[in-house]
Order: sequence, then C-alpha cells, then structure tokens
Amino acid sequence: MREGQNAREERWRRRSDRWAHRVIFVLSLTAIMTIVLIFIFIFREALPILTNPEIQREASLRHFFHPMEGPDLASRYMWQPVALVPKYSLIPLILGTLKTTLVALGIAAPLAIAAALYTSEFAPPRIRELIKPAIELLAGIPSVVLGFFALIVLATWMHRLFGFETRLNAITAGTALALALIPIIYTVSEDALNAVPRSLREASLALGATRWQTATRVVLPAASPGVFASLVLGFGRAVGETMIVLMASGNAAITSWRFTDSVRTLAATIAAELGEVVFGSPHYHVLFFIGALLFVVTFAVNSVGVYIIHRVQLRLRGER
Amino acid sequence: MNANSRWSRITSSTIAAVSIVVMSACSSRAPSERARAVTVKGSDTMVILGQRWAEIYMQKHPGAVIQVTGGGSGTGIAALINGTTDIAQSSRPIKPSEAEQVKAKFGVDVIETPVALDGLAVYVHESNPVSELSLAQLKAIYTGRLTNWKEVGGPDLPIVLYSRENNSGTYVYFKEHVLENADFAPTTQTLPGTAAVINAVAKDPKAIGYGGVAYGVGIKTLKIKKDDASPAIAPTLENVATGRYPISRELYFYTVGKPGNPVARDFIRWVLSPEGQAIVKEVGYYPLPEEKRHELARRWEQHE
Repeated sequence: MREGQNAREERWRRRSDRWAHRVIFVLSLTAIMTIVLIFIFIFREALPILTNPEIQREASLRHFFHPMEGPDLASRYMWQPVALVPKYSLIPLILGTLKTTLVALGIAAPLAIAAALYTSEFAPPRIRELIKPAIELLAGIPSVVLGFFALIVLATWMHRLFGFETRLNAITAGTALALALIPIIYTVSEDALNAVPRSLREASLALGATRWQTATRVVLPAASPGVFASLVLGFGRAVGETMIVLMASGNAAITSWRFTDSVRTLAATIAAELGEVVFGSPHYHVLFFIGALLFVVTFAVNSVGVYIIHRVQLRLRGER
Repeated sequence: MNANSRWSRITSSTIAAVSIVVMSACSSRAPSERARAVTVKGSDTMVILGQRWAEIYMQKHPGAVIQVTGGGSGTGIAALINGTTDIAQSSRPIKPSEAEQVKAKFGVDVIETPVALDGLAVYVHESNPVSELSLAQLKAIYTGRLTNWKEVGGPDLPIVLYSRENNSGTYVYFKEHVLENADFAPTTQTLPGTAAVINAVAKDPKAIGYGGVAYGVGIKTLKIKKDDASPAIAPTLENVATGRYPISRELYFYTVGKPGNPVARDFIRWVLSPEGQAIVKEVGYYPLPEEKRHELARRWEQHE
C-alpha cells in the first residue's frame, strides 16, 4: 500500500516536472521566435532597396555611398530624404554615429575601467559596496532622461565652458552617451578583473611587487580579454543608442571631420523619421535598410563580445 | 518527498498553463471590444487636441470610447491604410500614393476633413533685436544663403538654424511654403518636437527656430512679412483665422469613406460643431473660419 502510494507520487512528480519543463521551453522559444520574427520583418522591409528597380531609381546602394557632384565634402554626401530630389547618402549618418561613439568610448572607457580596477583591487569592502551599486544604478536611468539632461543642462554647461559654435554637437552627445556606457563597461570589466585567480595576485605580491604594480601589470593584462569585451559591448550600445543622441546631437547631417559640428546618427535618423514617413515609399525602405544595417552591426559586435567573455570564463576556470 | 514542493511545482505549472489560456482568450476577445471603440491615430502635433476632443466627447456621450494615440502623421495614415484605425490625424495633406493605396485596398476614396488651423511661428532668442522677417529672408536664412544676423538688421553673429525632424508635417509644410521646396542648409539642426526647438532657441542668442505657436520663456516670436511691401503680421488668433498671417496650415482628419462606426461619424460632426471648435482655441490652435466650418459640417450631415 505504502509502496504503491510512493510510486504514484513519484509518477505525479515526474509528470508535473515534465510539464513545467515543456511550458518553460515554450516560453523561452517565444523569446527566440520574437527575435527571429523581428529579424525577418526588418530584412523583408529593407529588401526592396536591393531588388525593386522602381525603388532603386531613387534609393540604392549607389545612392547610399557614392559621392554626388559638389564643391565640398558636405555637399557631395547629403542626407535630405524629404526633397524634390531626395538625397540618401548614408556617409554623414555613419560618420555621425562613429563620431559620437568615439567620443563616448573615449570618455567612458578610461573612467569605467579605472573605477573597475579601483573597486576590484584597491577599495576597502565598505567603499566597494557603495561604488558598485551606485554605478550600476546609472544603468537604470532611462535614456530619455539622460538625453533630456544633456539637452537642457549638459549642453549649456559645455557650451559655456568650451564656447562651441553649435550648442548641440558630437562632443555633447558623446558625453551624455558616455553616461550610458559607463555601467556596461564597468560591470563587465569588474567581473573580468574579479575572475583573475587570487594565486596570480599572491604570487606577484610575494615577489615584492607593490599593489599598484600587481594591479596594472598582472591583474589587468590577465583580465584584458574581458576588458576588451566590455569595450566591444559598449561600442555596440553606443552605435544603437537612440534617445540620448536624438536629443543631444542636434541631428544635422553634416559630412565633416569636426567633432564640434552637430551630427545625425543612424539610430536617431530612424527614430526621428519613421513616425512620419510615407508608407511603402523609397524613404520608408531606406529607413528599414538602416535598421537592418544597425541590427547586423550590433548583433555582430555583441556576439564577438559575448564570445570573448565566454572564452575568458572557460580559461580562468581552467577548462579552456 | 514533501507535499509542499510538489504543490508549489503543480501550482507553478498550472499558473503557467492558465496564463497561456487566458492570454489567448484575451486576444480572441479583442476584436469585439475594438468594434465599439473608435481609434484615432496620427500626428504628434494633433495628439493633445485629439485627446481633449475625445475626453469632452466621452463625457457628453457615456458609453462611447475614443482612443487617441500619436506616432506621427505618416504612422496614422499607414494605420488607416492597414485598417487599424478609424480616423487618421495628419498635419500634412495625404500623398497621392497613400490615397491610391486606400482606394486599392478598400475600394472607397479617402475623405479629407480639415478640423483646425495651425500657425507656424518663427522664434529667435529674446535678446535678438530682429523682430520681423520677410518670407524671402526666411528662405535665404534656412537655405544657408544668409548666414549672419547683421544681413537682416541684427548683430554681427552667425545664424544657428533649428528645425523640426525632417519628416514631420511641420517640416514638410515649412519646406514647401517657406523654402518653396528648396533644400534646408545641411547645418540645420533638427530637434524632436516644438518644445525642444523652443528650448534650444531660448538658450542660444544666435538661434532661429520654427514650430507651433507657443509662448515660451526666453524666446521672441517674429512678425512675418509676405513680401517686402506688405506689413509684418504677428501670428495672433485673428490673423491666422483670416489668413493674413502668411504661414498657417490646416490640420486634418482622414477616414476611409464614411466610417461604418456611427460613433466615429458623430465624433467628426461634433468636432466640426461650434462646441468642438471652441476646444481648438483652448488647446492653442485656431478654429476653422465659420464659413468653411459650415460647409464641412453640411458635408458630414449629407454623408449620413
């Protein structure tokens, strides 16, 4: 009797287990399917750029990358999608994206890596417990709030400080963007630094190295693939970030090398224009092409970052 | 084996299963819900106006449900084409290609109903001594031919150009009617929304910007001359309604023929009534001239 009840209970348990397993599997599949469907949708809408001759007359790869006739750089590559003769050069947008990304990484990388090195190697536990959550809290600020802050406050400060000709420009937008990158770079770098085995540090200190020497010449090089991965992930975020640059960059599509000019990024262009675009027009498909471009770039960059992190974890666990 | 964990496992899988069933049940029930609610979608310029209309209308007609969302004029018209909205709000006239898509899909012509007027104001920093510009000067400034304030009677400072996003109805209107379809100078900065433009202009003595009529702190609204000989006109209620102010435009409702939903038809008639038009003024836009309003209202009566 007792035996029979136990067996029944056991069966029950297995069955409910199996069901729970299936439900969770379906739910996780939904998440993947969503990504796949988004992927398919974006690429389907971008495809006419490559296949539809009627659309190609106005917008094709040639229009995106080839220079037009013009006296200077800015007039050879123009983004003027709403015009009698629409001009769809992606060069100013790509240049703008690279400029803000470069500024953002240039500011965020040293700050975030230094903070990670400090909290993992030097900070007493109490201060560490204060700094770590504080920086991670920065990741929780909605990017529209950061953008608004940049537009209203940061731009005014920097305008006064540096006397830019245009108040909103690549440097202002990049600085605001850096605030969004710091928590990403910090968190991933800090994990990488923490994952360096204690034995390395102990060996270095035992050989007479100072803590500073240990941190910069032993721990940091050992964690360098992880730190590099953090920069890669930061790059991916900077390229795809929309709201901050939309609000703080001024959005003028100028083809120039000057960082004090206003810039228009790929992501901000989609955000600003998709809402009002004529459905099914060449412009509409161009915006989806830009979306596909961003999707591919950020997907590739993030994959590289995640792959490096994975490799580092295996190596540090000695599994390689 | 303790009963507790077994139960928690069973309940968790049950919750998961039930929630899936509930979710699918909800989605299958949605169409009948939607049949009663009128959806209004489109122009961000008009979203507050539309919401105010809907709010007052629903107060007066308990049981009617009107949902107003923004997203942009193009989004609203796309939704009309896709059949996911009853009324599209737009701050630009529908494009022929879009009207054709409606006709091809539903076999009915799209109906255009102007519902309000909007004057586009041009603003500069309050410290700027320039107080009026002609349309020709505005065009020269925004196409990049005039680049210094001293060329229009101001201080010796470069002009910094601000504009709305390059696809908004406001931008398109300005481009067509002020720039006469010439391209904006590439240095023109485009900002999301009139509020952002006003804010940027208020902070920059070199700036010029345009957008809906608004009274912000730190900016000055310019008077506009149609040509060098005509008087400079301020965008006041009277000047816009009479058409004396040179940069004003109509705001539209678009519908696929006469909407099948009686609430939608009644809502449009009410918007065209003196009561509906009074709200236009409240929100900060300009009501239609009385004659035009009468004609449109009559047209909607005939549609019945």
